[in-house]
Amino acid sequence: MPMKEIASWALNTAKSRGATFCDLRIVDERNRSLATKNGKVGHASDSESLGVGIRVIADGAWGFAATDDLTRESVERAAAQAVSIAKSSATVKQYDVKLAAEKPHVAEWSSPCQVDPFSIPIEQNIALLLAVDKELLAVKGVTLAESNLNFRRYEQWFYSSEGAEIHQTRTTTGAGYAAYSFQGTEIQKRSYPNSFGGQFQNKGYELIGELKLVENARRIGEEAVALHAAAQCPQGVATIVLDSSQLGLQIHESVGHPIELDRVLGMEANFAGTSFLTLDKLRTLQYGTELVNVVADATPEHGPGLGTFAYDDEGVQSQSTPIITRGQFTGYLSSRDTAAMIGLQRSGGTMRAEGWSRLPIIRMTNVSILPGEKALTLEQLLADTEDGIYMQTNRSWSIDDKRYNFQFGCEIGWEIKGGKLGRMLKNPSYSGITTEFWNSMDAICSRDQWTLWGTPNCGKGQPMQTMGTGHGAAPARFRNVKVGSAYKGS
Amino acid sequence: MLNETKAQQLFEKVRKYATADEVELLLAGGKSALTRFANNTIHQNVAEESYFLSIRTVFDGRTARATTNKFDDDSIRRAVQNAEAIARVQHADADLLPLAGAEMAPRSGDAPTRFYDQTAMLTAEARAAGVHGIVELAKKNDLTAAGIFSSSSSAEAIVNSKGLFAYHQQTSAEVSITMLAGDSSGWQKFNSPNVDHVNPLELARIAAQKAKQSAGPREIAPGKYTVILEPAAVLDLVGFMFFDFGGQAVLDERSFLNNRIGKKLFGENITVYDDCRHPLQSGAPFDGEGVRRERVELVNGGVVNRVVYARATAEKMKKSPLLATVGEVRPTGHGFPLPNEMGEAPMNIVFAGPGAGQAKTVDQMVASTERGVLVTRLWYIREVDPYEKMLTGMTRDGTFLVENGKVTAGLRNFRFNQSLIEMLTAVEAMSEPVRASGEESFDMVVPAMKVRDFNFTEVTKF
Repeated sequence: MPMKEIASWALNTAKSRGATFCDLRIVDERNRSLATKNGKVGHASDSESLGVGIRVIADGAWGFAATDDLTRESVERAAAQAVSIAKSSATVKQYDVKLAAEKPHVAEWSSPCQVDPFSIPIEQNIALLLAVDKELLAVKGVTLAESNLNFRRYEQWFYSSEGAEIHQTRTTTGAGYAAYSFQGTEIQKRSYPNSFGGQFQNKGYELIGELKLVENARRIGEEAVALHAAAQCPQGVATIVLDSSQLGLQIHESVGHPIELDRVLGMEANFAGTSFLTLDKLRTLQYGTELVNVVADATPEHGPGLGTFAYDDEGVQSQSTPIITRGQFTGYLSSRDTAAMIGLQRSGGTMRAEGWSRLPIIRMTNVSILPGEKALTLEQLLADTEDGIYMQTNRSWSIDDKRYNFQFGCEIGWEIKGGKLGRMLKNPSYSGITTEFWNSMDAICSRDQWTLWGTPNCGKGQPMQTMGTGHGAAPARFRNVKVGSAYKGS
Repeated sequence: MLNETKAQQLFEKVRKYATADEVELLLAGGKSALTRFANNTIHQNVAEESYFLSIRTVFDGRTARATTNKFDDDSIRRAVQNAEAIARVQHADADLLPLAGAEMAPRSGDAPTRFYDQTAMLTAEARAAGVHGIVELAKKNDLTAAGIFSSSSSAEAIVNSKGLFAYHQQTSAEVSITMLAGDSSGWQKFNSPNVDHVNPLELARIAAQKAKQSAGPREIAPGKYTVILEPAAVLDLVGFMFFDFGGQAVLDERSFLNNRIGKKLFGENITVYDDCRHPLQSGAPFDGEGVRRERVELVNGGVVNRVVYARATAEKMKKSPLLATVGEVRPTGHGFPLPNEMGEAPMNIVFAGPGAGQAKTVDQMVASTERGVLVTRLWYIREVDPYEKMLTGMTRDGTFLVENGKVTAGLRNFRFNQSLIEMLTAVEAMSEPVRASGEESFDMVVPAMKVRDFNFTEVTKF
């Protein structure tokens, strides 16, 4: 398909209608989703979607229109509509949109993919899921087994009135499963390798082998059943050690969201909320202890995260931005217009859209905590902990609209006594205030314990957009944390 | 716009390309636009027109789906082939039923009209004018406005090789407003198929009043309080239980209704049904297979009587040892498009509200409260315990202290950890049910509620 020609229809129309800026994304997307439940195929589907989203500035205000019809008539109509919408926007504005400068890049990039997941026979995929299912159901007391595989190929052509021409393709693979057990008055659940669908990365089918899905299934089923007999997580104040997937979600909620400049500047006030990280906090707030080093890193060098790309959806080259440096708050996630609003010379390159029909908005890239510099395994960290609770795998997550007061529940926990894991604990939970929590971190494991987790379902924006984000984390320890209050009063 | 003739024509094309025993076509799409404002400025303003077709093929107990938004012959042919390829390699499923027959679809005129030309034709200029009024009201009150004004027109159709045809079109307009002051905020939201029923200025006035009234928020200790939950707050809480009101959830033993159907779970004043034809509801009168949705009474006087069923789930339940424990079992037209793992759920929830003459307004609930908390809106609600339906979340955008029958101050926001079962056992008063819209759940018809011993576990710093 002549993408450049389609782009020229939109760019020329926008310009002729009075736009001072225009960019557009033509997106061709393909998805495959397979799932099994209790020994049967539960879901089997393929989907594809192609369309164009056109963004303009006219009369100093934004407009956007999208269509799934790539004929000349339809594309030109959408471009004209975007300009008309922008002019409507301009009737209610307090300022003119300004964009931080960015060189118009001309580039091609594909995410590394050793084995095309769409090339794997469906029979092979179903056989894998049913093998997992069989292992889970082999455990007496498992009442429900669910497993899934998801593949996505996302190809995008980006053009702008500034001269950018960027063609990117990202391949994403994801897999996971869960075992449920219902007994008496409890439903317990264990997931692998992470909750809410498992692990997702911008990789090919090679990820599936790395996850060792079948090898871990029996243990996961056994843990789901064992939780019924476990002691309730105590209530009080304790030292906690979080596994890397839970720490990844902790970063997502209490670092990733509050550093989004659109939230900070009030643009999400009605829906996703604002942020406690007002502009006066930059380089003045002690966010955490000296061990807390967080980056927002979209560069391919950071790893195959769901927040990895070469250029964002407004054509800004991917970057690594220091967010927390030795505990001090040092950076935001920005776009070209929000960067200009706060006087930054350049956008941090974090604008992304769910698909062709959605406007790019600021999204987390890979917001990751860097591993400890000294060699430290999880076993060594636990051995160094006299008394505490080790918690694994998220079960519930909630944080206020300024991203300050949070509460997380995990699927499973264990007592730590005298440097060793003791009895299993069910329904573990912890809560706190973001900065107090990160200022209580006194240990984090080293690089060999670090995993780049993928969160495929981050919701934000209106109309709602779902986006994949990446979070690198290693197990870490926090002191004096409130635990168990999730069940208080029950 | 997708219409009935177009749907039939596309199905003929699908049928021509298909080799499967049975084939089903699901079509949906339309136009939508959303004007978003913050800092008294329109900062995002979007419009979209899109459609998709989704084909399900069936070969002797095996089924799969393929979806595309491309309507050219090659793309439709490829979608059919993809659906067939995925279906062919599966093991046969003895529980898979033949496609629904024509007699299972709703009849013409079976549901209220939910398509309004004035909503479908709403322009960006008209939305901007609405936003302009909201912003001017904010400025006049030294407040900052943020929110949305959206409108859409959409259609969906299901056609299958057993002769079933179901079609629905509707419109929707929605306004949501947050008014921000220095240390407080207020919120309101409303939607309707008919834009004439949406009053942006009235919503802005109430949101502004809440923002001003909650300024200088006080901090009170966490604990158990009498709360008055406005309808949006009720909606966002109770929405967490209705995905458990499906037969498949019970068969999977992942429902909080496991072993509880037929038992009194809530207070006697709680009666709930699912009714897509209720005048304050919206949506299609058929489910994901094109089967007519029925009105189902889920809870009566606090007793959970029934759950809803897709066709296949009803058949499975009839063969299940659970059959004797789950009340009436038959297809109710609440299934999701197949294949899926979830089964079904009631999506048109209506709370019956109090008996005749018993309804209390929110003001009356406040007036009857010695000490309590008035909650406008809740946020980031998640399930902590799936069987006790313990939920956590935060208050937001208008939390007030009630003392001696009056709202006396704004409050810092609370975290709650509250069992939904306990909450619906402790409802002291209700308003007349209204169409409510929140952020955590689908729209419903719910009342405001005054609830005893609502469990706030933490207070935040703003």
